[in-house]
Amino acid sequence: MAAFCQGRRDVGAVVSFTGLVRGEDETVQALELEAYAGFTDLEIGAMADAAAVRHGLIDVLIVHRIGRMVPGDPIVFVATAAAHRRAAFEAADQLMDYLKSRAPFWKKSHGATGERWIEPRPQDYQDAARWDDVPAPGSLKDRR
Amino acid sequence: MRVLLFGPLRDLAGWRERTLASPPPSLAALKAALAREDLALGEALDRPGVQAAVNKAIVRRDAILSADAEVAFLPPMSGG
Repeated sequence: MAAFCQGRRDVGAVVSFTGLVRGEDETVQALELEAYAGFTDLEIGAMADAAAVRHGLIDVLIVHRIGRMVPGDPIVFVATAAAHRRAAFEAADQLMDYLKSRAPFWKKSHGATGERWIEPRPQDYQDAARWDDVPAPGSLKDRR
Repeated sequence: MRVLLFGPLRDLAGWRERTLASPPPSLAALKAALAREDLALGEALDRPGVQAAVNKAIVRRDAILSADAEVAFLPPMSGG
C-alpha cells in the first residue's frame, strides 16, 4: 500500500479490499482453489490492466492465493489508486465482481459431507454483468 | 503434446496432465482420442461451458495443433 502513495503527488485515493474465506456453515472445513499457472495470472493481469484503463487508475494491485484455505483465511487482496475516490472505488468493485465470477479459478469446498465443486452465485454473475458494455436484459429496468 | 485437465474434469478423469506420444493434429481429433479412452471424459469435454486453451490462449472453435502444443481443458470457471 505504501508503494502506491510513495513519492506521488497525483494519487488522491487508494482503495483496498480483502476477501476472506467464509464458512457457509459449520460443515465447511476448507476451500481449495485451483489455477492454471501461466494462464490464470495472465488473464487476471489483463483484467487489471483493462480496469486501469477504463477507470483511469494510476496503479492497481491484485494478490490472489491458491491451494487449500480455511474459514477466516485471506484469499484475495485488491488495491486501486486514482486521482479521485470514485474511480478507485468502482475499479475495486469491478475487479472483485470479475474475480468472484469470471476469473479462471476452480473452487472446491471440503466439508463434513465430502467435497463439492462450487459454481458462482447468480448474484456474482449479475454483479459482473453490471460492468458489461452491452446492457444485460432487465438492466434498463434498474436504471429507471 | 501436453494435455491438462482442471477442476471437475481432472477429478473425473483421475489425471491432471499427460504427455501424448502420438499427438493428434487437431483439437477435435484430440477430444475424440480422449473419448475413445474414457467415454465419461469425452462427454464431459463436450458439455457447455467447457473451454479449451491451446498454448494458454482460449480457442473458440476447432484448431490445428502442433506436436509440441499445450492443450488445457477448462471447465466453467468458478471465480475465487
